Amino acid sequence: MSLCFSADKLKEVQQIIARYPEGRQKSALLPVLHLAQQEFGGWLSTEAMDYIASLLGLQAIEVYEVATFYSMYNLKPVGKQVLEVCQTGPCMLNGSEAIVAYIYERLGIRPGETTADGLFTLKTVECLGACGYAPMLQLGKNYREHLTREKIDELIAAASDRPVVATT
Amino acid sequence: MGRKLLLEKAHVPGIATYEVYRREGGYRSVEKALQSMSPDQVTEEVKKSGLRGRGGAGFPTGMKWGFLAKPEGVPRYLVVNADESEPGTFKDRYLMEFIPHLLIEGMITASYALGSNRSYVYIRGEYAWVAEILEKAIDEARANGWLGKNILGRGFDCDIYVHRGAGAYICGEETALLESLEGKRGNPRIKPPFPAVKGLWGCPTVVNNVETVAAVVPIINEGGEEYAKIGMGKSTGTKLISACGNINKPGVYEIDMTISVEEFIYSDEYCGGIPAGKKLKACIPGGSSVPILPANLLLKTAKGETRMMNYESLADGGFATGSMMGSGGFIVLDDSQCVVRHTYSLARFYRHESCGQCSPCREGTGWMEKILWNIETGKGKISDIDLLWDIQRKIEGNTICPLGDAAAWPVAAAIRHFRDEFEWHVLHPQEAQQRNYGLMHYADPIHVPNPVMA
Repeated sequence: MSLCFSADKLKEVQQIIARYPEGRQKSALLPVLHLAQQEFGGWLSTEAMDYIASLLGLQAIEVYEVATFYSMYNLKPVGKQVLEVCQTGPCMLNGSEAIVAYIYERLGIRPGETTADGLFTLKTVECLGACGYAPMLQLGKNYREHLTREKIDELIAAASDRPVVATT
Repeated sequence: MGRKLLLEKAHVPGIATYEVYRREGGYRSVEKALQSMSPDQVTEEVKKSGLRGRGGAGFPTGMKWGFLAKPEGVPRYLVVNADESEPGTFKDRYLMEFIPHLLIEGMITASYALGSNRSYVYIRGEYAWVAEILEKAIDEARANGWLGKNILGRGFDCDIYVHRGAGAYICGEETALLESLEGKRGNPRIKPPFPAVKGLWGCPTVVNNVETVAAVVPIINEGGEEYAKIGMGKSTGTKLISACGNINKPGVYEIDMTISVEEFIYSDEYCGGIPAGKKLKACIPGGSSVPILPANLLLKTAKGETRMMNYESLADGGFATGSMMGSGGFIVLDDSQCVVRHTYSLARFYRHESCGQCSPCREGTGWMEKILWNIETGKGKISDIDLLWDIQRKIEGNTICPLGDAAAWPVAAAIRHFRDEFEWHVLHPQEAQQRNYGLMHYADPIHVPNPVMA
């Protein structure tokens, strides 16, 4: 199998497994899938999921059914920067639709699409728990809140100008 | 200015660190509980406090603890629900970000009461940085002897672990959360058995919301009876309200449940009124699942009494004319907002978040979303409004978990109180694309029948 965690990451997997009682290592699946997505290019290929199954001693189907259930796992390749714009009620009341439209204006991508250069993917997501700081988007591990057109410009510029590291 | 029990010290510089938190009196509840109280006495104080679950259901916490089965030789678990995904709700995130040790302290004390030697925080996956803040706080607590073996030399062992979810509203439902913590899809379980008997890995488990567990700290420090003196009626203690939507000062506020809704919206101490000279049209006072109310029924009950920010008053009138405290996610709509579009947005949310186990919810949420989109975009029929009503009636109460109810209630309440706005969309499809319905009569004083006159 070509996909493999580094020695460091394998150690991290062991630490995750140790959070649960003996024999309950299936519980490590969600956190280990987060780690796999971070390490293997921002998405979970079948190969990656099969690897995780073998690592945790699970059937492949046990991994597939979980990976397909949760919205944070990407099952297709994504851009290096994934702009996840919240569109639920409170964000909508504060202009999230205009933010999605402005990203289209700037990058030419609609929800679910990736720019031709592979830099940006736009996703619309449901409530991320930042309702008081709307409109907002998630970029990697961080929330960008109180969004304006200027802030979108800034984050596009910041992501395009310097070498981009895959975010988690 | 109301009493603050949870956020009083949340903005002391450095309070997220152990040193400052301890210097400010942190971890006293653990000392008091372990050194001078039995586990049952801790539970007794929580019962006396009248604390109700802060996640949304409002179930008495002490009673929930009392249900925990204690078979010999079987581990018991405390699991903290930090999945916070109800639209409008962002209070737990605030508490964990600013004062993480309060949750850890509450967890240790609660774990002692429940006999949990291994407790978990199930946090929504998107709060990745909050999970890191908690892990740092846990490491500090462990390094200072508050976690691990034989805490304070009292023979009690406890450790706490953070478990990140991966994006699923349904995992806020306690049995779905437990499934997810076991590494499975978040499909809610059929109850009974309840988690108190068969929970995590088949063992007795208590699942409590972040704010609920944090409230254990002041309850133990000051005593359950003192805590119960704060508030009104069966709404004891303080409640975190996350206010958002069209208000001047969105944010998280700790209230003592004795203030009116009107004061909460208009006072500068809280929401600071509606921006840009607009008017209050409607509000969802307890997270997106609870009934939306027009301005007039929000500020006064159908009996003409001032509506207060507490469990009983917000629910006054039942679903006919009242709403619920829920999770405290307070969403305000001004007079430029469209109730149909907003309801559509919520319907789309519930369709996206339905786990798909029960057909009324799986099929019904998608159906309601489509009909609402048609009405919103000028393609609706008057009969669609009745159809929506019929669908929501057939979802409510017919599903394994309350997500079905949560999806049905917002649609039901929107039609109940704003039916003319829906009809206007159907009858004036072109005009409805160009402008919103506006405030209309939604803030007009309600006729209150006067029994004395009769």
